Amino acid sequence: MDEFEPKIVAFVCNWCTYAGADLTGTSRIKYAPNVRIIRFPCTGRIDFMFILKAFARGADGIIVSGCHPNDCHYTSGNFHARRRWIVFRSLLDFLGIDVRRITFSWVSAAEGAKWADLVNQTTAEIRKLGPYTSYHKISKPEEEVIYG
Amino acid sequence: MARIGVFICHCGENIGETVDCTKLAEVTSRFPGVVKSVDYKYMCSEPGQTLIKEAIKENRLTGVVVAACSPRMHESTFRKTCSEAGLNPFLCEIANLREHCSWVHEKSEEATNKAIDIVRALVEKVKLNEPLYPIKVPVTKTALVIGGGVAGIQAALDIANGGHKVILVEKNPSIGGHMSQLSETFPTLDCSQCILTPRMVELAQHPNITLYSYAELESLDGFIGNFKVKIRKKAKSIDENLCTGCGLCTTKCPVKKIPNEFDENLSYRKAIYVPFPQAVPNKPVIDRENCTYYLKGKCKICERFCPTQAIRFDQQDEIIEVEAGAIVLATGFDIKRADFFPEYGFGKYKDVIDGLQFERIASASGPTLGEIRRLSDGKIPKKVVFIACAGSRDPAKGIEYCSKICCMYTAKHAILYKHKIHDGQAYVFYMDIRAGGKNYDEFTRRAIEEEGAKYIRGRVSRIYERDGKLIVVGADTLMNARPVVIEADMVVLATAGVASPGSEELAQKLHVAYDQYKFFTEAHPKLRPVETNTAGIFLAGACQSIKDIPESVSQASGAAAKVCGLFSQNELTRDPLIAVVNRTAPPLYSTCVGCFLCQSVCPYQAIEKEEIKAKDGSVIKIIAKINPGLCQGCGSCVALCRTKSIDLLGYTNRQIYAEVDAILNTL
Ligand SMILES: Cc1cc2nc3c(=O)[nH]c(=O)nc-3n(C[C@H](O)[C@H](O)[C@H](O)COP(=O)(O)OP(=O)(O)OC[C@H]3O[C@@H](n4cnc5c(N)ncnc54)[C@H](O)[C@@H]3O)c2cc1C
Ligand code: SF4
Repeated sequence: MDEFEPKIVAFVCNWCTYAGADLTGTSRIKYAPNVRIIRFPCTGRIDFMFILKAFARGADGIIVSGCHPNDCHYTSGNFHARRRWIVFRSLLDFLGIDVRRITFSWVSAAEGAKWADLVNQTTAEIRKLGPYTSYHKISKPEEEVIYG
Repeated sequence: MARIGVFICHCGENIGETVDCTKLAEVTSRFPGVVKSVDYKYMCSEPGQTLIKEAIKENRLTGVVVAACSPRMHESTFRKTCSEAGLNPFLCEIANLREHCSWVHEKSEEATNKAIDIVRALVEKVKLNEPLYPIKVPVTKTALVIGGGVAGIQAALDIANGGHKVILVEKNPSIGGHMSQLSETFPTLDCSQCILTPRMVELAQHPNITLYSYAELESLDGFIGNFKVKIRKKAKSIDENLCTGCGLCTTKCPVKKIPNEFDENLSYRKAIYVPFPQAVPNKPVIDRENCTYYLKGKCKICERFCPTQAIRFDQQDEIIEVEAGAIVLATGFDIKRADFFPEYGFGKYKDVIDGLQFERIASASGPTLGEIRRLSDGKIPKKVVFIACAGSRDPAKGIEYCSKICCMYTAKHAILYKHKIHDGQAYVFYMDIRAGGKNYDEFTRRAIEEEGAKYIRGRVSRIYERDGKLIVVGADTLMNARPVVIEADMVVLATAGVASPGSEELAQKLHVAYDQYKFFTEAHPKLRPVETNTAGIFLAGACQSIKDIPESVSQASGAAAKVCGLFSQNELTRDPLIAVVNRTAPPLYSTCVGCFLCQSVCPYQAIEKEEIKAKDGSVIKIIAKINPGLCQGCGSCVALCRTKSIDLLGYTNRQIYAEVDAILNTL
């Protein structure tokens, strides 16, 4: 079998981390090709059901990243995301979901290098943890309800 | 059925070199719903855009994905292209192949695979996009300016001269701000009052400007173009229409010993007073906290002498409601005072004063009529020590920033002192001399070279009194920290500039961001320095960070230009990417249960209550409603809503789930 290549989905806000990842590109900093970015207006928009959905669909790791505290384009969205994340994290932990697979970070529009580091580190960590087969096995994606 | 077109850009070699665009086009053409998939060298070029337009028409596309550079780069370009071909611009999505793929990976199969995933996600998303139409909101062409210092005055005059109505709200009895207290101004040494008062008068007489002095903002509702403002006009206890400003009341008022704020408490004023002779408006107010009538129930001497019967003891605060399309915040700054500097004996020794007090002493209209004298004994000080950075750049004091103006006004003070007391000696303790402005360095050099001020690089550790002299103990860091002791007659502290009192409450009323020091935060430190993150609210002057007069005035004109730009349109158009509450058929009407949890996270107060009524007018249900003018589309409410009744246009739950599905290639 080939070496395990983790699948990582990154949920990022448009104003800070998406722009920061753009800067990584403009600066031509190379990083692991394992991450797939989904753009949100704000981390406040991130419903943590999206994370479960991503795991169910085969993700091995998740990155959630937005503006630093106080830098939110919408003043407070990142605070709400952080608060929700803290609660959600304990809940997941309680349910036996491997919270090490979810990385919460702040990357500003000026932190191109930080984005590359974040992706590389997360990729390395998830590679160590191996594929998230335990979750993939129990989830039955086709039975999930899509809200909205 | 969806008919999606995918347009893959090589961006010269920027994408094409790393990602196999031919393969990408081939693979994407097999995605369900994709009816057209092409790659091209430069999609943003004229022929590239024509290619897209023709494809839209030929293939009757219902959605477009342009796989190219970052959407932050060309999203608007390609959306415009689509709309020119008759496709709603919001049916176009950008797949970021350059910044997020080709520029960050080596040429490899993984890079191409990642590109395929990115495009697949956007194809699935765009299938669920719906045509959206820009939101139009009308504009009330009246500006509200808060704060009547030099910045507020400039902004008000510029907007008024641009042909628009202006309402200026000033909390003090007179406009003018700190500049009206200054003696002469660096770097030209022109008299501050002489350049400011004509503008104050111009403002008061301007047909487009309504001035509310002794007034403050009570509350603010609404949004850009449509603010609803309540102004609290504090009771002045006079009828302004009857008062002629003759001043007899002030002369007769028996309460004489109230510290005069305008003179930085170096003189006294009456209980009914005009803050300074050139005040605008030049009509008195009664200071109710000190007036004998309000304290003891009798006196009314002013009323007795008033020739026009203008005194109104029973006057109440008045709430005035106005509408405005834009707001300029110009509430200025303040400086740190006595209690902040125990180590300098400030507050204990009369002859240790702050910079504004020195301005008043040096001012021809000040308490000493412009003669520099000691406050303790009225003697002429022969040695004056000026201490720059008093409190500024001092983490121990909690003020880490540079107050920016004090280096310059300290040099000015040294020069003014020398002009008035020829045989006097000025000493300046400084950390660095910050004189970066037009003619500024020349000005500080003049203080040193021509006026003989002795600049000592180092800090003062202590000041104490001995035999009527102030002993200033410091160190000269350019001389190996050699101790320096100066027997001074007077010490002037260039105290740190701080945010104006009440800034935090005001910011909260207006929902504008402020920093840890309570200065208002600009939307972008470089590219949007006069805007706040709240649309329609702009910044001018020292309320954003300490500034000198030229900078305050430039920013004010900048803010005025922004306001005039806004007012040049009759309607504003906004991106329709906003939240909406769903509506369903009766008897449910909406899945919203009216818990209004969403209200608590909305930073824009965009969530209102909507009553669903039966034919007879009775209320069936109360649900949330998003005000499209206020909503900025952050989506916090969407993630929070427990019944999933709110969705964000452009980032709907279904769109995101589709993206998650597609990006993990499990379709
Ligand atoms: C000692 C000293 C010397 C200086 N010398 C010079 C000099 O020589 N040259 C130079 O260029 N600059 C000088 N400056 C700087 C200059 O004073 C400022 O640049 C200028 O005053 C800034 O103008 P502003 O309108 O932004 O603020 P301000 O002058 O502070 O005016 C703000 C106005 O807003 C009003 N206000 C505050 N809060 C509210 C509220 N909530 N509602 C309604 N109104 C409100 C205030 O009453 C005030 O009238 C000096 C400053 C100091 C302290
Ligand atoms: S302007 Fe000069 S005196 Fe004022 S804080 Fe900055 S460095 Fe210190």
